[in-house]
Amino acid sequence: MEFVLAIIVGILATSAFYLMLRRSLVKVILGMVFLGNAVNLTIFSVARVTKGFAAFIPENANTLEGTYADPLPQALILTAIVIGFGTQAFAIALFRKAFQKVGDDDLDKMNSTDIMCNEDVPGGK
Amino acid sequence: MNSILAMPVVFPLFTGIIMLFFWKHRSIQRIINVIGSTVTLALAIYLTWYIKTSGIQCLYIGAWKAPFGIIFTADLLTMTMILVSGIIGFATALYSLGTMDETREHFGYYPLLQIMIMGINGSFMTGDLFNMFVWFEVLLISSFSLVALGGERSQLEGAIKYVILNLLSSSLFVVGVGILYGITGGLNMADLARKIPMLPNKGIVNVMAMFFLVSFGIKAAIFPLFFWLPASYHTPPAAVSAIFAGMLTKVGVYALFRVFTLIFVTDVAFTHTIIIIIAMLTMLSGVLGAASQMEFRRILSFHIISQIGYMILGLGLMTPLGIAGGVFYIFHHIIVKTNLFFVSGVVSELKGTYLLKKLGGVLKLYPLLGLLFLIPALSLGGVPPLSGFWAKYTVAVAAVEKSEYLALAVSLFVGLLTLFSMIKIWNEVFWKEQKAEYAAEQQTLRQLPKFKIAMMFAPIILLAAITLFIGLYPEPFFDYANEAAHQLLNPSVYINAVLGGAQ
Repeated sequence: MEFVLAIIVGILATSAFYLMLRRSLVKVILGMVFLGNAVNLTIFSVARVTKGFAAFIPENANTLEGTYADPLPQALILTAIVIGFGTQAFAIALFRKAFQKVGDDDLDKMNSTDIMCNEDVPGGK
Repeated sequence: MNSILAMPVVFPLFTGIIMLFFWKHRSIQRIINVIGSTVTLALAIYLTWYIKTSGIQCLYIGAWKAPFGIIFTADLLTMTMILVSGIIGFATALYSLGTMDETREHFGYYPLLQIMIMGINGSFMTGDLFNMFVWFEVLLISSFSLVALGGERSQLEGAIKYVILNLLSSSLFVVGVGILYGITGGLNMADLARKIPMLPNKGIVNVMAMFFLVSFGIKAAIFPLFFWLPASYHTPPAAVSAIFAGMLTKVGVYALFRVFTLIFVTDVAFTHTIIIIIAMLTMLSGVLGAASQMEFRRILSFHIISQIGYMILGLGLMTPLGIAGGVFYIFHHIIVKTNLFFVSGVVSELKGTYLLKKLGGVLKLYPLLGLLFLIPALSLGGVPPLSGFWAKYTVAVAAVEKSEYLALAVSLFVGLLTLFSMIKIWNEVFWKEQKAEYAAEQQTLRQLPKFKIAMMFAPIILLAAITLFIGLYPEPFFDYANEAAHQLLNPSVYINAVLGGAQ
């Protein structure tokens, strides 16, 4: 199981970095989503996948005994998913606004601040 | 009762929520913001005194004993950061009254500011690695909004670079935390510090250390991960870029100090040598970047990077004097750098631009402003008797003690170039005659309302006074930094304070 997960994480992370290095904003955001999923799956697999043993204390007992799945990594992933959702939503809104202002989704066109500061462009701040 | 430890986090949140009830009432929000920041500062001062007298304190949230629950831990390093964030929060609250425009105030500038301060204080307070990630996200999402608030083209472009690189850094941080949990079974920092030396596989600890170095390094803007900083920090209004310049990168530096004195100390020869090399390159690349810039805030942004190098150098030396120098440096730097951004905001308020080419003649009209620029600028360059001299001197002496002569040479050379950049700003902005063709856009101080002038100058004078005070009377500050370094270099004190009963 970990073997399959490791390969999936690899594929996701590779495509994430490939997409994030592109110039188009849409691809960058897709890359960020992929990377978020790769990260969550990594946490899931490093914490050892245990199938069929939920971490519930049985009736008539006070502690867990025998094999059980560690619930903490799942809580971590849940938190990371929620936070990732929020930041990605913000990023999409920001990219859309930037697209409207610049009129282009090419990251190479988004260097007006660097040009304005060093050359005498009329209207530069 | 230790629940007061949560107050620097809870109170800004409380202030932010109260302000949301007055969404349409700009003036009420302004008043609440000033009151809230004042109370947070007072709490920070009280807590610093409390921790100084009673040693490391912990707050076990929900009464879950460490290492099982989330905890807040306050030692002297934490309190340094909380205190300085209180000072900067207060100064920014005043400065915003004078400079922030109405549109931004209408769209939630003040609540966002308070929530960001909550995130900053939370990441200083927490004693749990995953919880630190959560606080990082709290401060990041509000800083994203603050950078983009207003929606000017330059702001959006800067925000994109800032957002992408910081999200990448967060992803690396979570992976590091996850793997660390996989190999040790703990997330509590004190617990990790106890477990990591017992691990059989030393290699993976170094790999994890590098994960954290890269992830915190992006946030702290060290070489070669700093590119987002000069691309974004000069785009928002002066009040926002001032608090960013002061506090945000220092959250990354704080995290590096915490992690590399507490958790990853098993192979100092490997990890801390890398940190020293990075520190030298960070100093050099920052100061050389600044030398080629011709915009007020971009020069200052590059100088943030070079100054980060000094702090990291103190950490890399890993001697009592080095760490003390680093802590002293952080405290001095946050105050000085925020003040320089404040001054740049006043200049642009008067002259309508940040470009050195179009500026000029400020000294003749406003000699006081010139003096107020000179105090932090010379302090940044390390001219005695200002605070920067003592900070640089301590780090340099620590480098000599450890026989790191190359680092010493680099730090002195960079100090010289820093002075060069500050003189460049002085010449271009304050001394030279302004060219007649650019003189049209400007307004004079007399045209501005009295209240606005007072609110612009009050925080600058306050921070300049602190800089002078540290410079003329460094003894108590240095004692404090020494004590903080002593705590950082003896992790067993921290571990015992946190785990106490659990051992």
